[in-house]
Amino acid sequence: MSTWPIYGLILAGGASKRMQRDKAALVYQGKTQLERAFAVLDRYLSRVFVSVRADQTSDPTRAHLPMIVDSVEGEGPIVGIRSAFAAHPDVSWFVLACDLPYFSEALIYPLVRARDAEGFATSLATVYKSAHGGLPEPLCAIWEPSAAPVLAEYQAGGGHCPRKFLIRHGAHLVDLPDPRALDNVNTPEEYSQAVAALETLAPMQLKIQYYALMREQAGRSEETLETSATTPADLYTELSARYGFTLSREQLKVAVNSEFSDWSRKLAANDAVVFIPPVAGG
Amino acid sequence: MGFRFTQTAIDTPGARRELQDLGAGGYVSFEGWVRDQNDGQEVTRLEYEAFLELAVKEGERIVAEALRRFPLKHALCIHRVGSLGLGEMAVWVGVSSAHRGEAFDACRFIIDEVKHRLPIWKKEHYRSGNSGWVNCERCAAEPQHSHAEHHHRVASNPKEPV
Repeated sequence: MSTWPIYGLILAGGASKRMQRDKAALVYQGKTQLERAFAVLDRYLSRVFVSVRADQTSDPTRAHLPMIVDSVEGEGPIVGIRSAFAAHPDVSWFVLACDLPYFSEALIYPLVRARDAEGFATSLATVYKSAHGGLPEPLCAIWEPSAAPVLAEYQAGGGHCPRKFLIRHGAHLVDLPDPRALDNVNTPEEYSQAVAALETLAPMQLKIQYYALMREQAGRSEETLETSATTPADLYTELSARYGFTLSREQLKVAVNSEFSDWSRKLAANDAVVFIPPVAGG
Repeated sequence: MGFRFTQTAIDTPGARRELQDLGAGGYVSFEGWVRDQNDGQEVTRLEYEAFLELAVKEGERIVAEALRRFPLKHALCIHRVGSLGLGEMAVWVGVSSAHRGEAFDACRFIIDEVKHRLPIWKKEHYRSGNSGWVNCERCAAEPQHSHAEHHHRVASNPKEPV
């Protein structure tokens, strides 16, 4: 376990050339992508900043959020990451691109856990393995302070691509829980598709109660949470990633609204879900 | 008649009275007690925890099944929850019927089903100072997690600094 904190950095300084619109300002489910990304990171990280260019500081999409203005020369995401390390050199940065509409809190825990367990000590960054080809995904990743000088050197040598940087220097790779979760949006067509897909995936509130070993491992006896999981099986996958449950799904039963349920039942808003570990009455 | 939980000691004379019936030729009961050892470890006390809403429904279904399967007069099961010391009664099952055969069979049926089906868990506390949830710990997917290491520090609470 490292002793330094993780701050969040949302990269919102891109040119959005193919989209021909500011990607940070694209609206999904009634909120801009920047607001959505900020809200998710802000729930779990102690501080979150938006990375901006000097000419964006009064932009209305960005101006109300804490900002880190580019302070190093050059182009591309590495400028934003290096500027964050320049502002706060002793923290790790959860770096997130602003064109990932499917990003959700379900992606935070697997990365943080892998980073705390190993990544922070062994690698410059802990990153997801792309579902398309297995390459590192540098823009939904936790970057360690040890990366800062190496990034500076890389840029001085003419490099600008964070993915190539991580391929060259090695990153701690983590499997992506959902292959589509980091699909990005570059064109107006992809934007319309994402808007439509998110309509059907609108997160709903569920109530979860925990008993016995599950209660101890979750550290709570109940919670209400927003999730895009649609079945108890998906929900257990999501919560296992968060709490590190030691029991596999095959060892459990599940109840919905105080009645035993199938794992593939379609959940509805405000359902109460209980995972039932092996019983021992009598 | 039926199934219920109690937080305090099970009142067996009262429970037995609920089964009395002039048409019954006999009554069989089973008592489950807290034993001082399990699987080679010295047990000092037990904690029972239940998902009450579902466990009561399922317990009532078990007793109703017993009444359908066997020609009984009455059947009742009472399960204790909370912290229990050695020798205390954790569960009581009683049935009355015209003849003894079905009473023995139905009593056995009810306690077996209760143990397999009700969402009830027990945590054993051992003389060694360790504790463990029965049936959950030894078969856990990650055997390296000992009883003392269930708490993960990682970002399990919103705003807990990570």
